[in-house]
Amino acid sequence: MAERITDIGPPHFSKFLPPVIKENYGKWAYHEILEPGVLKHVSESGAEIYSVRVASPRLITTMFARELCDIADKFCGGHLRFTSRHNVEFLVSDKAQLEPLKAELASRGLPKGGTGHSITNIVHTQGWVHCHTPAIDASGIVKSVMDDLIDYFGTHSLPAQVRISLACCLNMCGAVHCSDIAICGVHRTPPKVQHEKLRHLCEIPTTIASCPTGAIRPHPDKTLKSVTVNVERCMYCGNCYTMCPAMPCFDEEKGGVALLVGGKVSNAKSAPMFSRLAVPYIPNNPPRWPEVVETIRKMLIKYTEGANKYERVGEWIERIGWEKFFEICDIPFTYQHIDDYKFQAYDTYRTSMHFKF
Amino acid sequence: MHKTPLLDQLESGPFPSFVKDLKRMAAKKPQVNDLLGQLERSYKEKITHWKHGGIVGVLGYGSGIIGRYSDLPDEFPGLEHFHTMRINQPSGWYYTSQALRELCDIWDEHGSGVLNMHGATGDLIFLGTRTEELEPCFEKLTAKGWDIGGSGSAMRSPSCCLGMSRCEWSCYDTMEACYQLTQEFQFDLHRPSYPYKYKLKFSGCPNDCVAAVARADMSMIGVWKDDIKIDQAAVQAYAGGELKPEGGATVYDKLDIKADVTDLCPTLCMSWDGKTLKIDNANCNHCMHCINMMPKALKPGNERGCTILLGSHAPILEGAQMSWVIVPFMKMEEPFDELKDLTYKITEWWAEHGKNRERVGELIMRMGMRAFLEAVELPPVPQSVRTPRANPFFFWHQSDFDAEAAGRKYYTTK
Repeated sequence: MAERITDIGPPHFSKFLPPVIKENYGKWAYHEILEPGVLKHVSESGAEIYSVRVASPRLITTMFARELCDIADKFCGGHLRFTSRHNVEFLVSDKAQLEPLKAELASRGLPKGGTGHSITNIVHTQGWVHCHTPAIDASGIVKSVMDDLIDYFGTHSLPAQVRISLACCLNMCGAVHCSDIAICGVHRTPPKVQHEKLRHLCEIPTTIASCPTGAIRPHPDKTLKSVTVNVERCMYCGNCYTMCPAMPCFDEEKGGVALLVGGKVSNAKSAPMFSRLAVPYIPNNPPRWPEVVETIRKMLIKYTEGANKYERVGEWIERIGWEKFFEICDIPFTYQHIDDYKFQAYDTYRTSMHFKF
Repeated sequence: MHKTPLLDQLESGPFPSFVKDLKRMAAKKPQVNDLLGQLERSYKEKITHWKHGGIVGVLGYGSGIIGRYSDLPDEFPGLEHFHTMRINQPSGWYYTSQALRELCDIWDEHGSGVLNMHGATGDLIFLGTRTEELEPCFEKLTAKGWDIGGSGSAMRSPSCCLGMSRCEWSCYDTMEACYQLTQEFQFDLHRPSYPYKYKLKFSGCPNDCVAAVARADMSMIGVWKDDIKIDQAAVQAYAGGELKPEGGATVYDKLDIKADVTDLCPTLCMSWDGKTLKIDNANCNHCMHCINMMPKALKPGNERGCTILLGSHAPILEGAQMSWVIVPFMKMEEPFDELKDLTYKITEWWAEHGKNRERVGELIMRMGMRAFLEAVELPPVPQSVRTPRANPFFFWHQSDFDAEAAGRKYYTTK
């Protein structure tokens, strides 16, 4: 045990940088996007590096990872990286390798793109494949949506970049709350309290304290050593289930997908924005969730038709007004769209005459 | 092999198929066959079949491993234990094929061979192994120079954009800052002792490619203080169509400098007379739009550093928050002591006052900005608010009266 190594942290990144990057670190002068998925960065010294970006399902196996390694060895001196949106980038120092690399990627069915005014890979979570609280699957919906929008991945045909993210429950590990289009799994049933399990598994005070709306109370029958839920106050966040496994809130039929739109994190032109509710509920329909795919495509097409040059989804909607967004996209406006949750709600109510009919 | 008629429908189509990939692995590893079997069951029943967590780990660490057990272990014995290991990623997610193959070798030997490149916080995620494999797997990883990342109420693996390694806009060395802060906080990363999670993200410029403003309790976003650098000849080349807008990121062939750049400037601090681009830099708010449009003509200035913003988190629990400005400008030079000190001050105040599972942004909402700023010795600055308050309900402390009596107009911590 004396030799056990701990707390060393990750390896220093300098071990993994291609020589041209090491030599030109901090000296890059400009970049160009030669075609969708192919970036060229030029240093003050005139040195160049090409990056070829391809899609990845993020949920992969070592077999897939080893294939990426083989490609990197063949064309990139073994150098590759991953992006903040789970794409793979092959780092090409020798320009002559660019065309052969592109041919190899095409032959292996790895789509090239995800740059500029495209729809890049969907940031997403685990879903049914590895999580205990999801309302929806993640990888299956991502695959279905990206299959449908693949032409937007490989072209720069949109008015601006469109970032799609998916979180399989309200915990939002995918932090989708600032995305142009957010796919969010929602539960719609209060937790079913399993009294016999609860008394052995859960601490009652922390379970009660976990509820943001104060819906959980000690059970009036003290001998049960359990809790009750005021179902009218419950908005199905599942936070109690995180604290207490005897309070599952899943329902096979009532869980599903909500779509939120108009968020961004970049400061370009407008300040970062939250995504706002567009569609409160679409039923789960595996394996390909056609209603989700169709609704996203519909909103995307209305955006491409209506937006000005360089206008992000949220900027487009702010300009035309949300009432017009719902009209143009033919999405019904419901009670669920009006915020009634805590301190943010009032900020969303219209206090002017600046609206359209 | 389990029959998977629903999942089979996800094998076709142009986007790479995770089902196809998992099926190849299932031929080698029975637990991956079970994974597909259970996932098929979830597709049929529209419900998850993973049980609630469980405490597992490696010796001496309280984080980095997430226990995972199937609720159908008799049917899918390979999933009886199927724990997650978070491997702290290298800054900027750079790898060599040799390093990545070594990781694959370790994971093939000790786990399912299924992984995420990468997880939401940034770690490389190993998905699915048994409790008894955790320690040997950890030993192999550390022998090759890797360590596991954060989970639970701990410092989480910090992450960053690729910064100066390949981007001309980065206003500080995000990758080095991320690495050094990760090293500094190893104890807090591996031994959860905070009220809840604490995430650090480093973005090199206000384009914020790692979504620091939305996804990190503490967001370091690069910025410059002086004038945007202009190459007027290159501006002419954009105006003449020799250079493409956004370096070619669009379908638009030619930049209309007035319509696409100066008219879209949020502060209208630019002008273009057909010959010269002028910027009133004192009124620029560093949005990046003009620089994004003309990467060969415009660059961030020379006086570079970062803005520190604090408090973002997803909607659980008090509703989503974005980080807000607490330090408008900090120089970012090795060894990043000022940032380390501030991080310690903030996490200590939060650890002292925070309730169980209360994020730092939520604590500040509960205790008030003044209590926070005084505790971490930051002065009130107008950059931290969009607008001052509209109500007359403000507090006066004895320290304000003392400052007044001493002839100072305002009380500040500085």
